[in-house]
Amino acid sequence: MKRFFFDLKEGIIISLKAIAANKMRAILTTLGIIIGIVAVTTMSTAIVGLREAFLSSLSSLGNDVLYVDKFEWFGSRNWRQYRNRKDITYDQYVKLREMLPADAYEAMAPNKRTFGKTVKYKQRSVQATLIYGTTEEFIKTSGAIPENGRFMNEFEVKAGRRVCIIGQDIAKNLFPNMDPLNKYIRINNVPLKVIGVLEKQGSAFFGSFSMDGQIIMPLKVFERLFGQRHGRMLIDIKVADVNKMDDVKELVTAVMRTVRKVPPGKPNDFAVNRQDVFTEVYDKTVGVVALAGIVITALSLFVGAIGIMNIMFVSVTERTKEIGIRKAIGARTWSILLQFLSEAAIICMIGGVIGLIISFPLSLIIDRFLPTAMPLDIVFLSLVISALVGIISGFLPAYKASRLNPVEALRYE
Amino acid sequence: MNNIIKLEHIAKIYEVGAEKVHALKDVSLTIDENEYVAIMGPSGSGKSTLMNIIGCLDTPTKGTYIFTGVNVSEMDDNELAEIRNKEIGFVFQTFNLLPRSNALHNVELPLIYAGIPKNERQEKAIQALKSVGLEDRIYHKPNELSGGQRQRVAIARALVTNPSIILADEPTGNLDTKTGEDIMALFNELHEKGHTIILVTHEEYIAEHAERIIRLRDGLIERDEPVENRVIPNHTLSEG
Ligand SMILES: Nc1ncnc2c1ncn2[C@@H]1O[C@H](COP(=O)(O)OP(=O)(O)OP(=O)(O)O)[C@@H](O)[C@H]1O
Ligand SMILES: [Mg+2]
Repeated sequence: MKRFFFDLKEGIIISLKAIAANKMRAILTTLGIIIGIVAVTTMSTAIVGLREAFLSSLSSLGNDVLYVDKFEWFGSRNWRQYRNRKDITYDQYVKLREMLPADAYEAMAPNKRTFGKTVKYKQRSVQATLIYGTTEEFIKTSGAIPENGRFMNEFEVKAGRRVCIIGQDIAKNLFPNMDPLNKYIRINNVPLKVIGVLEKQGSAFFGSFSMDGQIIMPLKVFERLFGQRHGRMLIDIKVADVNKMDDVKELVTAVMRTVRKVPPGKPNDFAVNRQDVFTEVYDKTVGVVALAGIVITALSLFVGAIGIMNIMFVSVTERTKEIGIRKAIGARTWSILLQFLSEAAIICMIGGVIGLIISFPLSLIIDRFLPTAMPLDIVFLSLVISALVGIISGFLPAYKASRLNPVEALRYE
Repeated sequence: MNNIIKLEHIAKIYEVGAEKVHALKDVSLTIDENEYVAIMGPSGSGKSTLMNIIGCLDTPTKGTYIFTGVNVSEMDDNELAEIRNKEIGFVFQTFNLLPRSNALHNVELPLIYAGIPKNERQEKAIQALKSVGLEDRIYHKPNELSGGQRQRVAIARALVTNPSIILADEPTGNLDTKTGEDIMALFNELHEKGHTIILVTHEEYIAEHAERIIRLRDGLIERDEPVENRVIPNHTLSEG
């Protein structure tokens, strides 16, 4: 072991000298590796950033919330089977609430949604991206916290009071330089009193719509405004303990089967969804594309590796006589192998470091669009990868060198 | 006296295409410790081939080679490398120094492969360079040295591991007469210090520095006899 480090150290010293004696060539050779490392690190930074952006856009869905819906959010079975499913009703929500053990969940909110409705205040009007009709517990299941004013209370929900909580964009557009609280906005000509303004949420699903364009109101008001049959109902359940998500999901499924009278042996005619299905689907779709991207950029690293291999073969041939001399005075196969392997690895690592120096500012540019900087593990990984590339691509030439017959190598001119 | 080298029916056959070249046909000989032997013979008679086998640079096609009591004809590459490193010092006609390294580093080289740490290595290398009279050329590169000086660096490199034998294949072949004589004086000194020396030469006069001359012809030993009137170089080292 001690001998190994001695040999390694001497091998590195010899290869550093050899590289120094051929600086220009080493730099040109590293170019391939530099490009490869820049491509791979930039690509993976972008991919990690993309995923992070996606995850943060999911933050409107809680990771401790179950979403009971009549549809699976992602399913690949035939549509016909789904189409006939009955809506989830308020009655079912009430029964679920009765039958589910109280310590299993923290909050439960039935809700309906509608999109793209016009909201007015005096002369001004704006499109609400998303309108919820729900109950007071929605504040817990959705995490939509009012920044000004308050959320609706149980009484307002039960009585179907015309109150609403609006997002930041709605507030800004309808009430420029004005306090929206206690003002009345109109939807379908029905006035609703603004009792709260939500915190800024940012955009969801890659900015496809802004969560700041939402309006929350009591379920009864929603049904009065848009009709009983408008929008399908979901039941959002915030579990009491995230670690028991799976248990609660099973419980909810069992209760819902009873409530919806699903005969034993028949499949569910509803679904208990979780936020992580989005992540799963993301990884299955975008993830695959991202992987393809990495593989394609890794090809440039591969081209760089071939360059290294090529130059190492040249280097070995050029130094046949030197190898002969070293062997004649007692260098073992291993010492020669190590010498050329470390030369290839060092050249590659120099390329790796230069590549990182170049890709760091690039990652800062990416950082302006996606919420991520170059992850440290990518830095570390790309150094390891470049050393590995060197060792792998240097192996054949180094092996050839180490196997040279000393007599013939000495005779080489 | 111990015999340090024992060759028994050694043959070396090179295959060039379909043709077989019998570089050595059947060579048996023994060399004792502290002997000074010259090998002579016409070009192509197999002198270098024999030297390479004795020096463990090459393995014979047939026959056994016992070196310091060990059968080396059955050793693998790494074992041979270790013997070359520890027991054998090579001096070549064309010096074979690393052109980019200075004298010190060239002489240090065998010690690197012996796994000796840097300080001890340099000390020994400087010692060896002194013993060949090059203490003031330590940091010169080969192209900054004369032919004779280069050969002395090569001899220092051969000496530095304190090997059992020193093998020199036409060490004076690339040098003028005067410089050649300096080198021969050096070999004489080494012999007097107790080293075993085997050298290949074309020149009768050079060969007569040795105690014994082995003459090869067509891969066979033609004659093997002691030298009657050895040439003893009387001058000591001088700048060549
Ligand atoms: N690697 C090789 N492949 C094929 N034939 C070889 C090889 N090495 C040597 N020979 C042949 O073996 C024979 C002996 O060669 P060797 O080099 O031992 O001669 P030598 O006595 O040293 O000659 P010189 O005085 O010219 O150096 C020659 O005929 C040569 O052509
Ligand atoms: Mg020869």
